[in-house]
Amino acid sequence: MKYVNDSIKKIDSDALLRGKGVYTDDLSPKDALWIKVVRSPHAFAKILTVDDRLTMRVPGVEMVLTYKDIKRIPFTRAGQNYPEFSPYDKFILDEYVRHVGDDVAIVVAENEKSAEMGAKRLKVDYEVLEPLLDFTIAEGHSTLVHPEEDNFIPVDSAGYQREKNLAGEIGFDIGDIDEALEQSDVVIRTTYESQAQAQSMMETQRAFSYEDVYGRLVVVSATQVPFHLRRTLARALDLPMSKIRVIKPRIGGGFGSKQSVHAEVYPALVTKLTGKPSKIVYTRKEVFKGTTSRHKMRFEVTLGATKDGDLLGIKMNGLSDTGAYGEHANTTMGTTGKKVMPIYNKVKASSFHGKAVYTNNLPGGAFRGYGVTQGTFALESAMNELAEKLKMDPVKLRERNMIKKGETTPLYNLIREGLPPEPVYMNSCELEACVKRGKERFQWDERNRRIEREKDFLKKKGKARGTGMAIAQQGSGLPKVDMAGATIKLNDDGFFTLLVGATDLGTGCDTILSQIAADALEVSMDKINIHAADTDLSPFDSGAYASSTTYTSGNAVIEACRKMRVLITEYAAKVLEEDEEDVSFQQGKILTSAGKELSLEEFSKVITYSLVYEQLTATGSFVPKIPVPPYMAGFAEVEVDLDTGKVELLDFVGAVDCGTAINPALARVQAEGGIVQGIGLALFEDVNVSSKGKLKNNSFMQYKIPARNDLHRIQIELIEGHDDTGPFGAKAIGEIVVNTPSPAIIEAICQAAGVRIRSLPATPEKVWKAMNNRHYVPEK
Amino acid sequence: MKINININGREKEIEIAPDDYLSEVLRKEGYLGVKKGCDTESCGVCTIHLNDVAVLSCGTLAAKAHGKSVTTIEGVDKKAERIRHEMAKRGVDQCGFCGPGTIMSILYLERVTTNPTDSEIKRYLKGNLCRCSGYVGQLEAVKSYLEGGHNEVCE
Amino acid sequence: MITIRNYYFPKGIEDAYNKLTERKSNALIGGGAYLKLGSKAIGTAVDLSSLPLEYIDEKETGYEIGAMTTFSKVMLHEGLNRDFDSLFQRAIENIVGMQLKNMVTVGATVYSRYGFSDFLTALLVTNTKVKLFKEGWVPLEEFLENGPEQRDLVEKIRIEKTRGSYSFQDLRKSSSDYSIINLALSKEEHRYRLAVGARPRRAKLAVKTADFLKDRTPSEETMEKAGELLAGELVFGTNARGTKEYRKAMAKALLKKAFLEVSAHED
Repeated sequence: MKYVNDSIKKIDSDALLRGKGVYTDDLSPKDALWIKVVRSPHAFAKILTVDDRLTMRVPGVEMVLTYKDIKRIPFTRAGQNYPEFSPYDKFILDEYVRHVGDDVAIVVAENEKSAEMGAKRLKVDYEVLEPLLDFTIAEGHSTLVHPEEDNFIPVDSAGYQREKNLAGEIGFDIGDIDEALEQSDVVIRTTYESQAQAQSMMETQRAFSYEDVYGRLVVVSATQVPFHLRRTLARALDLPMSKIRVIKPRIGGGFGSKQSVHAEVYPALVTKLTGKPSKIVYTRKEVFKGTTSRHKMRFEVTLGATKDGDLLGIKMNGLSDTGAYGEHANTTMGTTGKKVMPIYNKVKASSFHGKAVYTNNLPGGAFRGYGVTQGTFALESAMNELAEKLKMDPVKLRERNMIKKGETTPLYNLIREGLPPEPVYMNSCELEACVKRGKERFQWDERNRRIEREKDFLKKKGKARGTGMAIAQQGSGLPKVDMAGATIKLNDDGFFTLLVGATDLGTGCDTILSQIAADALEVSMDKINIHAADTDLSPFDSGAYASSTTYTSGNAVIEACRKMRVLITEYAAKVLEEDEEDVSFQQGKILTSAGKELSLEEFSKVITYSLVYEQLTATGSFVPKIPVPPYMAGFAEVEVDLDTGKVELLDFVGAVDCGTAINPALARVQAEGGIVQGIGLALFEDVNVSSKGKLKNNSFMQYKIPARNDLHRIQIELIEGHDDTGPFGAKAIGEIVVNTPSPAIIEAICQAAGVRIRSLPATPEKVWKAMNNRHYVPEK
Repeated sequence: MKINININGREKEIEIAPDDYLSEVLRKEGYLGVKKGCDTESCGVCTIHLNDVAVLSCGTLAAKAHGKSVTTIEGVDKKAERIRHEMAKRGVDQCGFCGPGTIMSILYLERVTTNPTDSEIKRYLKGNLCRCSGYVGQLEAVKSYLEGGHNEVCE
Repeated sequence: MITIRNYYFPKGIEDAYNKLTERKSNALIGGGAYLKLGSKAIGTAVDLSSLPLEYIDEKETGYEIGAMTTFSKVMLHEGLNRDFDSLFQRAIENIVGMQLKNMVTVGATVYSRYGFSDFLTALLVTNTKVKLFKEGWVPLEEFLENGPEQRDLVEKIRIEKTRGSYSFQDLRKSSSDYSIINLALSKEEHRYRLAVGARPRRAKLAVKTADFLKDRTPSEETMEKAGELLAGELVFGTNARGTKEYRKAMAKALLKKAFLEVSAHED
């Protein structure tokens, strides 16, 4: 292997760092119509009248669209496999607005200033309705967030009950949980809550569209899901899918925020209606109140264990606030159990039940971790509580109960449809190594001893330190759900074009897939030209989510390359007039057993211009067959200021098993970036909503993401692993990295200050109030 | 109104409205490396040098730049080669949206400080948010760059 | 969203003042940072950056800082740091980013009297006067309390040099956030000055508490009593960053830290 496991510079690096105009807005036509969306100031209201007279008088304004101007077709914004587990509960524009920031009207103008002025001057009359904002009372509440009867869900088993404000419901049980708890010497019953977190990628949503020379609608968007977008737009706009093309240029980050259909709908609609190019660029405020964020969730966790620390049963009851729209509701609720509980495979019983409810809060959506983050926070925090109650080292408690290499759990067969009935063995599970190496790197025992020694000295200075740890898993793609395709084409100078549907949103998968292709074909990387995410040219790919680009798309690339090698050998035999068995393609050269040699360049010229006249192309498709989870162990040391409650994260060690790291530098950055997002989740990020459902922090001035001074030391251990089903042994790393910081940090705070923070984030005031026994009342 | 500004060494006369902001004007003039990431002067992706001082172009009225010199990422193409190399080899270029603004801040830091500590480097770059990289590798890249680039990527 | 109809480069301070007061819709542009966050229709924007108002003059008895001096210049000024125990550096370094520090000006900050300002809290514990063009010299304390008598413009501020010890304390949820609360303490000669800002209201002197500290050492008892006095003397409130109760308690906690620091500087 020449390129796999090498930290190659990203192939688009220069263009990005030199500031080339390669992002969506940079490519938009200069004469595009500008679109501004008027958004609701109310959490729940009915639009009575829209008066656009002043708007239309603004010079440059071309038109105003309301729900009355658009054919009413329900769809889901979720970028998911079809049929979606998300309700079709969104209309391009509707008579009802269901959250502060919901779209009301579309203003179209010649330039941005006119569009902005026009939007400002639009007069909308609302019948303001009483919003439902408390997700704990939403189920069965008299206020129906979705009173309309023409919405539905394409999948019956998703537990959708519109009339009860239920967007989704999932449950699974294995073994007898009540019996397991009865047999336990120690039972922990506890509740944990995590907050809505905004993805906060640097580039906001934006898209533009135009009609191509064939009269087709072309949509250029910073999307993670070009194929799902095409399908959804076709439905929402009542156009055949064949009339739509989606192109994805460079993206300035997404983290799940762009795994839903947001900005694209408006220019697509406007171009469809006018035939003119049109564009929209979301303001940051608009991203905060008009898109989605991580689902706020609450869990009741019950753990039962023997006094020696054998976990006998786990029960998790989850409630998720999906806000005004149900995209990703069922699936994010499901993963909190499905991709969290299997990590403890020695239990006698597991019981999971989760419900996602509608409210008039801002919608929840996809955000790195996708439910696993929230579920891990709850379960791992409960495990740390258990360790404390058992007076057992939390590392030892994990080592005793966690899944190890070669082991299995019947949960996998239960929770995944379409899996074979045979047990699914975690043959590449390196969780044990993660815990061991992470513990060593963190110097767990020595550090804890040191903290104990320095306790009094620190206390005099008003400080206290503590440590905490947590383990996690995620998935690599979605077994039997999401597939990826790759096509490889040989050009007439011996170089290849690699067509993939995979969406690089900054993660570097264009580079990684090229590395894989280069090694699969045994050619140098400069012989691979990758072209990605254009629905006209690319083979199908579900998109960048569920940690799938390396594993799923990577395997599709390998399959395509394998087929290409066969083709090369077959046609080389024809050209050289040899038997196929005597011809081989190795190290980029065609060789015969008789000693003849033919370069790829010569070969490709010959078959194109003479002799054979064939275009060699090969396509590979791949869908994961079984769950192939990456694993991680995270260790944190914090210092708490005992006077103020402020928590400083002094050190964090993350040990990750992602199988083979195709590009170690990129894998390491994924880990560091994800951990830092986890730190924000643990300590200060909070989508803060008023009692009227209004978002209080709708800018980067108010909503703070981690800045450089918020972390001291982060250390990453990449555990060398290998999964036989993965491309060159790779699994995934994209999402798992955000899961361990919250539970590890919360535990560290507990060890330091003696207080257990049960709802994130652990702000200074919360910690202080806990230390001073004052009940925390969130600011309304 | 017309303003005269020197952009990346070229004298330009540009027609602007009094309430135009410099970031929009620069983008219209084709300097697409100047980006927009927020509405509140909080993220740093629009960072440029105004008379050699690092400022947020989104918070600077274009009229203020009259008679001054502006340097964008496009104007430091050669100068930024080494820092690009340090960032790229650590994979901290990621989505690239914070990249140009961060590089402008790094070049400013280099000019106005001598042997900055980690703490100083962080302070100078604090106004450049990054959501992808977690900042760790970027700090290493800057340190290596300032030391002449002799450092290997940390394991 | 702001709109501006005309842009004006004044030829002198008087010219700037006259243009400003010509019409109610006219406004001054200092550094210009955060201007667009408001919603204003400006008739003529008067840009002060062409005037010679950017300077830090170290005189024997004090410093005179021109209104257009940026925060970064103040933060990095050797003399100011030396004479005031890096008080201003501590206050200014929290402002997110070198870029903003290169844009925000002393004059605009003083005139705005923003509640969240760390700089104003620090400045308030020094002996500082503000020179307004029309009104003339006004003690900072008075200016923060009452604002200008009429529309005016800040020309400069003057900070008296005294032998003293200074401390600035702040508390925030994350390093790039605004203060939940901030506090500054100074001991010049034997006199204490104590200011608390981001209450969430703007910085104000706690005179009674400052007097109480006179001739005392930072014992547990003193700190407890001082904290109680402080919580009672100033008005604290609740907003998204913190509750009233927490701010009161934190004023106490920060006072303790500041007192210890000032006492340590003395030694």
